[in-house]
Amino acid sequence: MIEKQMQVIDPMVIRRDFPILSQKVNNRPLVYFDNAATTQKPQVVIDAIADYYSGYNSNVHRGVHALSMKATLGFEGARETIRRFINARYTHEVIYTRGTTESINLVASSWGRKNIRKGDEVLITELEHHSNIVPWQLLCEEKEAKLRVVPILEDGSLDMDAFRRLLTDRTKLFCVTHVSNSLGTITPLKELVSLAHQNNTLVLVDGAQAMSHIRIDVQDLDCDFYAFSAHKVYGPMGIGGLYGKEAILDAMPPYQGGGEMIKTVTYDKTEYNELPFKFEAGTPNAGGAIAFGAALDYISGIGISAIAAYESELCAYATKRLMEKSSIRIIGNSPGKTSVVSFLIDRIHPYDAGTILDQLGIAVRTGNHCTQPLMDRYGIHGTIRASMAFYNTKDEIDALIAGINKVEELFL
Amino acid sequence: MKIEETSETIISEFDNFDDWMDKYNYLIELGKSLPMIDEKYKVESNLIQGCQSRVWLHAEFDGQRVHFTADSDAVITKGIANLLIRVYSGHTPQEILDASTEFIKEIGLTEHLSPTRSNGLLSMIKQIKMYALAYKTKQAIDQ
Repeated sequence: MIEKQMQVIDPMVIRRDFPILSQKVNNRPLVYFDNAATTQKPQVVIDAIADYYSGYNSNVHRGVHALSMKATLGFEGARETIRRFINARYTHEVIYTRGTTESINLVASSWGRKNIRKGDEVLITELEHHSNIVPWQLLCEEKEAKLRVVPILEDGSLDMDAFRRLLTDRTKLFCVTHVSNSLGTITPLKELVSLAHQNNTLVLVDGAQAMSHIRIDVQDLDCDFYAFSAHKVYGPMGIGGLYGKEAILDAMPPYQGGGEMIKTVTYDKTEYNELPFKFEAGTPNAGGAIAFGAALDYISGIGISAIAAYESELCAYATKRLMEKSSIRIIGNSPGKTSVVSFLIDRIHPYDAGTILDQLGIAVRTGNHCTQPLMDRYGIHGTIRASMAFYNTKDEIDALIAGINKVEELFL
Repeated sequence: MKIEETSETIISEFDNFDDWMDKYNYLIELGKSLPMIDEKYKVESNLIQGCQSRVWLHAEFDGQRVHFTADSDAVITKGIANLLIRVYSGHTPQEILDASTEFIKEIGLTEHLSPTRSNGLLSMIKQIKMYALAYKTKQAIDQ
């Protein structure tokens, strides 16, 4: 996709698009720094949902009537918008799911059950979210296969030497996050995919944390599966997708049985529908999918390069301000990072800090961020995580620093 | 002091504060002043399930009354544990079992705690009541 001339982000203009951001929390202006958990929704996305339900709600792919046709057009149009956004070759390589977790479970259940055998290995990394650990653990237990883990270096980047060593002729699948939700590390996907493919290992990418921050081109990455969630990209909750290469998806058995995924049903035999419907049993979240498309259009209108440039400026500023304080320890400072800063305040428990910051209207995430093994690796129980989006400002980072000062005053 | 009386005292203490920042300040002070649990009791088996910050609760029974000590790696959680110990420690198993937990609601704690912390608080109360029940049973068997 050719991008227009790069815009410069003015967060004060952007913020007008997000009604939720203008509120006060605990009598303070809301500072929303929990974007890695979920992003806020621009008015166009809220409108898309409202328009769908007030104007043309009906079941897709079924009715001959006007509403159903409009809903189907919107639903399939959004699929094409997603395809363009991730630059997939074909629209039918984009499968709607409830989100990243379901996408990963789909692959584990369908591709995994068919292709993983006793003694095989599934390789993951130390950066993974529980969603990209547990489905593989379940599969490996069932198949008596082995789950192996690529370690990280102290800065939060992948240990590439270890990765090369761990790729063996038993490694059937490599599952890796594009961006770490806890640390913000961007993994060197192209290199990882190329090494894995030289080893005849397929690659599944957990893209949940990447899509709102960096340009995704699945053909250029050459990954076999790419999983993502709308709500992490300014779209609604409960909808997301799985990209898979056509030939691989075609060879996979269905995931769930039901309506929509079938061509013909008799009691003797059911013939399955073609891609992508084979994997979309049941009535889909059509309104959600349409609003997801609206979110991606909105992002494309601003330009992902402009967003990435501004967010990297925010991240650098937050890192600099935090490093000025000798009591702060930042966890994860790999060279390639999205706008996530995970940190600890000396002698103060993250929960205590998070509770007081909330009183000051600042929303951060505290805890293990669904990455317990990663926290174990650093010998900690959790961190305070400030994850920023393109509607955040440097003033808000200053407010966070002032909040941390207040926390220290209270606890020390 | 009876359990109800201590509860009333705590409720009036919290009534004195105008906003939640003051209440947190108070919980933090309580957390800092909680006598630490004996290190030997900070073991896995004394960890309360359902808390994301770690909380250890230890109970001792002198034949008549149950005595609780607790610790946590988070100060606010420790402050909450301190409140519970003030209310429940030093009472007979029956008194602990009969005591209402209304004071928690009255001071507005549950609404102001994150769900994880709120669950932790409920788990602490549950554990305190479990100890009381166990000692009551022990009493009945011993008699």
